[in-house]
Amino acid sequence: MAIDIPRIPLGDWIESGLDFLTTQFSSVTRGISHVTQTGINALNDALAWMPEWSLMALIALLCWRLSGIRLAIGSLLGLGLIWNMGLWFPMIESLTLVVIATLVAIVIALPVGIAGALSDRLYGVIMPVLDFMQTMPAFVYLIPAIPFFGIGSVSAIFATVIFSMPPAIRFTTLGIRQVPKELIEAADAFGSTRGQKLFKVQLPLSLPTIMAGINQTIMLALSMVVIAAMIGADGLGNEVWKAIQRLRPGDGFEAGIAVVILAMLLDRLTQSFRKTKKAQ
Amino acid sequence: MSESQTIKIQVRGLSKVFGSQPKKALELRDQGLKRPEILDKTGQTLGLSNISFDVQEGELLVIMGLSGSGKSTLIRCLNRLIEPTEGDIIIDDENIPQLNEKELLQCRRRHFSMVFQNFALFPHRTVQQNAEYGLEIRGIDKEERANKARESLKQVGLDGWEDALPNQLSGGMQQRVGLARALANDSSVLLMDEAFSALDPLIRKDMQQELLELQHRMKKTTIFITHDLDEALSIGDRIILLKDGEIVQIGKPEEILTKPANDYVARFIEGVDMSRILTARHAMRPVRATAREDDGPRTILHKLRENSLDSIYVTNRERKLLGLVEVDAVDQAAKDGAQSIKSLIHDDFPRVGPDEPLHNLFAMFSEKSYPIAVVDEDQRLLGVVVKGAVLAELAESGER
Repeated sequence: MAIDIPRIPLGDWIESGLDFLTTQFSSVTRGISHVTQTGINALNDALAWMPEWSLMALIALLCWRLSGIRLAIGSLLGLGLIWNMGLWFPMIESLTLVVIATLVAIVIALPVGIAGALSDRLYGVIMPVLDFMQTMPAFVYLIPAIPFFGIGSVSAIFATVIFSMPPAIRFTTLGIRQVPKELIEAADAFGSTRGQKLFKVQLPLSLPTIMAGINQTIMLALSMVVIAAMIGADGLGNEVWKAIQRLRPGDGFEAGIAVVILAMLLDRLTQSFRKTKKAQ
Repeated sequence: MSESQTIKIQVRGLSKVFGSQPKKALELRDQGLKRPEILDKTGQTLGLSNISFDVQEGELLVIMGLSGSGKSTLIRCLNRLIEPTEGDIIIDDENIPQLNEKELLQCRRRHFSMVFQNFALFPHRTVQQNAEYGLEIRGIDKEERANKARESLKQVGLDGWEDALPNQLSGGMQQRVGLARALANDSSVLLMDEAFSALDPLIRKDMQQELLELQHRMKKTTIFITHDLDEALSIGDRIILLKDGEIVQIGKPEEILTKPANDYVARFIEGVDMSRILTARHAMRPVRATAREDDGPRTILHKLRENSLDSIYVTNRERKLLGLVEVDAVDQAAKDGAQSIKSLIHDDFPRVGPDEPLHNLFAMFSEKSYPIAVVDEDQRLLGVVVKGAVLAELAESGER
């Protein structure tokens, strides 16, 4: 005789909650959607308007300044291959999504990370939320994104921001908490205000760690932008998605290689930025 | 230290309990319980208990104790890096524990500069920027703070290093930056928390010497924390000895050494090299007889025989020491019928000030076995030190 425990309708609750949010805040989400879409279009147009060779030269120059001649040559070869494979525009679209999602993520993550570092109570709240955000399978974010923002790139950015934000928050909190206690004491002893302590001591000293977090965020954003093709995001992910549907492994790998090249470029660039900052 | 000195900081009844129920711990303290029992009964640590002392304007006060004695807690309570549980800390009519956050900030900026054991320099700032920190957060304009910082770097002998980063400097130099950062701030009190403890012994001695010179020059009220008795004795104008969060003894170095308040202090000072601490004043004996410069040879001969001496100090009316005459020379002069001994006075003997450490006297006892004359700043004869007296004084202090 099994005891009949009624099923807890967790899923129903979440759905009705999401429904409530969608209907109540539709004007807000529509506004966000509009602004984001405008941003995406503007950046896309700007990058696509530039001739391929000039953007390549610009990126190579950036690589050379920040890192060295090796990365510059690598970037030319990699981007050249993407151009050659005819994936230039999808690459631009993916890059746009990554850049915008990362910017939004950083803008949210930095203040949250700082707050988590300075207040133990907030730290206790933020950390479990981050665990939730990071362990929840990435695809799940795509589902509520659609009722909020509709099919397309805005939903992709929404899901990407949520998925890629945690490392930036974590590393910011970690970086600030790792500043040696004696330096905080020194700052206090001379009569620093909280703001002075934050901007003159804590943030500068945690910058390398924060940059490592941002690097992680960019990498996660790129991986999510590819997955977001499932809800209609443009870009390299869309090429992969098309290849799956048509069962064309050659096309799929070409788009995949383009993603890898873009990922390596972004990674090396942000890492070298971190190193030069540290060396200063 | 003259008597007319003003009091800079008054500390009264200062206590600090680490834990969540400070009241309970203090109640037990008032019933006469000590730190270990209070910890057992309440889980609260009595960091400081009923500390009262004054800090004189311009003195170098050393707070000394072993680890766990509460000395670091005490210095941090003064500028409230640690919140005191009860008690008053009065500096220029302000009671620090009662200040609100804003007033505390101002108080820290105006009154306290701190030098830390592990230097606590900002690694992302240059030496110059480190030295400027205190002025920068007070909103002093760029040029003025750059000048002040440069000046204080110069004072600690670091000119030319302005653009270096702290990690490019040796430990001793890093602490000089720490000192410069504190001096540039021009606060009224300098707090030094085991400032030299992380340095190796030779550099440490140098830094102590420099601190003394600096302090002599600037007359900055300084509170210096150390666990090292030798350091405390060699730099302190006064020493506060802490044990288990309580004051065991307050006094000048020689008072601590010669009149230890209890067995704890006595055991503490056992290993001290007394010859570096005791001075000529301690071993000095009164002069049995002196000759006047206008005494005739026969008078002097009489004085010499009376006291069975073979030489005698010659002074003028103000007891100013002019020199020494020997019995042979005076005897000869008497036989020759000379009227004055002025031509016989010579200067070939050691003389020292009363504050000369005994340690330095050993080398002065020459083969001729003259005693060492102790004279004050005006060259007035205060007394003499004979070899035996030095040894006797050291032996005596060793027994205590």
